[in-house]
Amino acid sequence: MPCTVLRKKRLLPIPGKVLAAMGQQVGAMDVVAQTELPGKVFSVNVANRLAVGPEEIKNFMVKNEGDAVKKGEIIAENKPFLKWFKTSIESPVEGTVESVSPVTGQVLLREPPKVLPIKSYVKGSIVEVVPEFGVTVEAEGTFIQGIFGVGGETNGEIAVAVSSPDEELTAEALSEGHRGKIVVGGKHAGLATIKRAVELGVNAIVVGGIHDRDLRQLLGYDIGVAVTGTEKIGLTLIVTEGFGMIPMAEYTFKLLSSRNGEHASVSGATQIRAGVMRPEIIVPGYPKNVSECKKDQGRGWIEPGDPIRIIREPHFGVIGTVKSLPPELTVIGSESHARVLEVSLEGGEVIVVPRANIEVLEK
Amino acid sequence: MSKKDLEVIIATDCGSTTTKAILIEKKGDTYRQTFRGEAPTTVEAPFEDVTKGVLNAITEVEELSGRRILDGEKILTPNEGKTGVDIYVSTSSAGGGLQMMVAGAVKAMTGESAQRCALGAGAIVMDVLASNDGRADHEKIERIRQLRPDMMLLSGGTDGGTVTHVVELAQFLKAADPKPRLGASYKLPVIYAGNNKAHGQIKEILGDRTALIITENLRPSLERENLMPARHKIHDIFLEHVMQQAPGYPRLMKMVGAPIMPTPAAVGTMTEKFAKANNFNVLAVDIGGATTDVFSVFEGVFNRTVSANLGMSYSISNVMAEAGLPNILRWLPFDIDEQDLRNRLKNKMIRPTTIPQTVEDLQVEHAVSREALRLAFDQHKALAVGLKGVQQERSISDAFEQTASGQSLINVMRLDYVIGSGGILAHSPRRTQSMMMMIDAYQPEGITRMAVDSIFMMPHLGVLAQISEKAALDVFYNDCLVRLGTCLAPKGLAKEGQKIMEWEVTGSDGSRQAGELRFGEMVHVPFGAPKAKLVAKPVKGFDMGAGSGNRVEADIEGGVVGLVLDGRGRPFTLAKDPSKRRDDLNKWYKAMGMYPV
Repeated sequence: MPCTVLRKKRLLPIPGKVLAAMGQQVGAMDVVAQTELPGKVFSVNVANRLAVGPEEIKNFMVKNEGDAVKKGEIIAENKPFLKWFKTSIESPVEGTVESVSPVTGQVLLREPPKVLPIKSYVKGSIVEVVPEFGVTVEAEGTFIQGIFGVGGETNGEIAVAVSSPDEELTAEALSEGHRGKIVVGGKHAGLATIKRAVELGVNAIVVGGIHDRDLRQLLGYDIGVAVTGTEKIGLTLIVTEGFGMIPMAEYTFKLLSSRNGEHASVSGATQIRAGVMRPEIIVPGYPKNVSECKKDQGRGWIEPGDPIRIIREPHFGVIGTVKSLPPELTVIGSESHARVLEVSLEGGEVIVVPRANIEVLEK
Repeated sequence: MSKKDLEVIIATDCGSTTTKAILIEKKGDTYRQTFRGEAPTTVEAPFEDVTKGVLNAITEVEELSGRRILDGEKILTPNEGKTGVDIYVSTSSAGGGLQMMVAGAVKAMTGESAQRCALGAGAIVMDVLASNDGRADHEKIERIRQLRPDMMLLSGGTDGGTVTHVVELAQFLKAADPKPRLGASYKLPVIYAGNNKAHGQIKEILGDRTALIITENLRPSLERENLMPARHKIHDIFLEHVMQQAPGYPRLMKMVGAPIMPTPAAVGTMTEKFAKANNFNVLAVDIGGATTDVFSVFEGVFNRTVSANLGMSYSISNVMAEAGLPNILRWLPFDIDEQDLRNRLKNKMIRPTTIPQTVEDLQVEHAVSREALRLAFDQHKALAVGLKGVQQERSISDAFEQTASGQSLINVMRLDYVIGSGGILAHSPRRTQSMMMMIDAYQPEGITRMAVDSIFMMPHLGVLAQISEKAALDVFYNDCLVRLGTCLAPKGLAKEGQKIMEWEVTGSDGSRQAGELRFGEMVHVPFGAPKAKLVAKPVKGFDMGAGSGNRVEADIEGGVVGLVLDGRGRPFTLAKDPSKRRDDLNKWYKAMGMYPV
C-alpha cells in the first residue's frame, strides 16, 4: 500500500507506567511505557550447607527476609566453638532475601528488578492509552508485509542494493555504506551475503527468498514452528515471497524503491497460528506524489483480471492473471476435489490451480 | 426433560478456525446424524464472541434441515415438530484450548501422574516441573514466570510422606508469581493434588498469591494413581475461570444444556465409551495442522497425549526437525533434492492453507504424515505406562524375566481398533492412502481393524455421551466411523518370497476369499462385508496373536478398503539401498492401488 493509516499496539507484558499521553506525537525511538520486571530468583540450601535441620536455619541467618544483600555478602553462618569449623554462606547475587523456609531449609534471594521499556517503534501519534499497560500509536505511511522473518524490531534508512526484483543480493553488493541500514535485495540472499551483512552492521535485509538450509546454518537449528522475532543473528531478515529463489513481487520492489533513502521501522516477528503476525516494513510519511492516506481497502475476494502469484508446486512462484473462477469442485492432479481457478500466464498458456494455492498481488 | 425423551440434538465443536454444528435426530430406535453446518470461529478480533460462529453454524443447519432451531440468539427447546431441539451441547478448543503447567516431586512418578491427569482432562501440558528435572532452581522459577498457563496442577509426595519437595515447589511457584494467560489482573488458579500432610503449608504459601484449590492426592500411594478428583477440578476451573475469560464464552455457557467440554476431553470420552462397549483395545489419533492428539484404551486404561508441535501445516517443519529429513525421504518412491524438500516444507509452514496439486506433492505430505503419526505414537507409548516406582513381588520364575515397573501399556499385537481423524487421514483422495499411512506409522501386528472419522464428529459425540451414551454410540457406529477394513500383519522375519501365512475370510454375506501371503509383499483384497470370520495359519516363526505358527480364528471387518495383508514382517524396516527401497515402495503402493499411475 503506497500510503495507509495503521495502528500499532505497544503494550507491556505486566502492569507498569504509561509515559505517553493521548494525542502526543512520538518518534520511533521514544519510550511510551515502562515497567519493572521482578528480578530473577536464586535458591541457597542453607540447611544442607550448614549441616543443620531446616527448622533450625533461622538461628543461623545473618540476613533476614526483606534484607538487601550484596553479591558475596554473608547471609548465614554457624557459630562453632572452634573458628576452624566455621562455615559462612555468601550470597551468590545482589538483591534481597525473599524467603527463609523452615520446611525445606532453602533461602530464596531475588535480584533487583530490571527496567523494561517499550518504544513507540513507529513515528506517529498516540490515539489510545491503555492504563498501566501502554498505548496505541497511529501512523501514516507505506506499509509492506513480508511472509516470514527472523529477528526483532529495528529501524534504519532504506537502501535498495539491486537494480531489479529478480536480481540476487550478493555479498559483493554490500559495503560499509550499508551499516545501520535496511538493505533491499531481489530474488534471494545466500548465507555468505547474510553473514557479510552481519559483519558490516546492516540492521535488516529484505529479500524475495532464502534457502531453508541457509537459515538453519544461520540459526544453528531448524525452525519447527513459525513463531519468530526473538532470534539474535545480528540483523533482522525479512522474506517477502518464501523459501527458495523467488523474485520479489514487482509492486513490492517498486514501492520500496520509491522510498529509497527514507527512514523505516521493520520487524521480523512472524507468528502463523492464532493471532497471525507477519514481518513488516513501515515507512512513515507520504510517498512522493501522494497527498492523502487511505485505510486498508483489501477487497477480500478474487475477480478475473486480478494479478496472482502461485504459491505451491508445480508452479511455485509463477505470476499470472485470473482468467476464470469455475464455481464447481474440480478434480486436480492429486485426485482431490478442490475449488480452482484458471490462470493465464505471460506466454498465453492457461493453467488450472487450486484457489488455496494462489495469492492476489497488488496492482 | 428426561434423558429418555431426547429426540433432536444440536451439537457444536468450536475449533480454532472452524465451528462445526451437527444435528442428531432419533429415527425409530436409532439416533442418526442428519445435517451439518459450519462457520468460521469468531473468538478473535474483529468479532471476539464465540457465539457468533456458533449461531452461524447452526443457521446453516437450519437452512439445510428446514428445522427452526434459533429464536434470534436463543436456542429453541424442547423440540416440537419441525421447531426446536431437545438439547444443545458443545465442546471447545478455540483460543488455544486449555493450557496447563504441571509439577510433581519426582519427574517419573508424581510428575508423570500429574501430566497424565492434565492430558486426560484435555489440556495441553506446557511443561512438567519436578524437583529432579535436571534444571537449576532459578531456571525452574524463570520457566514458571515465562509461561502463562490457564492453570497449574501441583502434586508431589504420597499421603503422609515427606513434604519437603512439594513445599519447595510451592515456594518456587510463589516466588515466580505467575500470571494467567487470560485476564492479567486475575490470580492464577492452582490445583493442589499432592501429599495431604502438606495442606496447611501449601495454603500458607500459595493461599494469598494464587486462586488455590485443594483436592485429593493424585498419587496417594506409590501403587495407586487417583486422577479423577484432580481431573474434575481441572474441568470445573476450565468452566469457572478459563471459559469466563474467553470472548463470548459466558454467553455460550448459558446456551448449552450440559457443561462445555474441552474438545480433546470429549474425544477421549468417546474413545473410552467405544472401547468399553466392544471390549476393544483402541488407538485413536487426531492429526491436525498444529498438533497431534493420541488416545488409547488398553486393558481398560485410558491415556491421552498431545504432541503440541507435530502437525501437517503450522508444525510441518517441526516434524522435519524432529524426525530428520532422511526419515521423511525414506517414504518417497522417487528422488528429490534435499534443498527442494526443505524449501517445500517451509513454504507449507508459512502458507499453511495451501494444498498438494500433484501426486508427487501429495506423496511428500503423506511421507511427513507417517513421521508425525509415528513420533506422536512414540510419545504416547512413553507416557501410557504402568506406574513407576511400584514395588513388585516376584517369584523365582519372574526373576529370570526382569520386567521393570513403568512398562508401556501399548502392545500393538493386542491392538484391536485404530481410528484416524484429521484432514490428512480423513480427506485423502483414496482411502487406501489413509490406511497405509496408519499401517506404516503404527506397524500393527496380528489383526487390527481400522477406520477414519470422516468429518471429526467424535468431539460432538463425546460431549453428547455425557447425556446419552446410546445416542452417542448410535451415531458413532452409523455415521461417524468410515470403516476402512482390517490389516493382517504376521509378526516375524523371513527371506523375501517365502510363504509366511495362509488365510481365509468368510463374510457375513457369504462371500469368501482365501490365499497365501509371502514375505515382503503387500496384498490388497477389496472386501466390503461389515462382519467376517478370519482363519489365519501363520508358518512357524510368525505370530498372528496366538503364538508362533499357531492358527488364529477371529471376527474381523471389511470396509471401503477391505483387507490389507502386510507381509513386510515385524519389526518392519525399509531397505537401506535407495534403489531397492524405491522399488519396494513402488511395488507396495501399486499393490495397494494407492496413487494414480
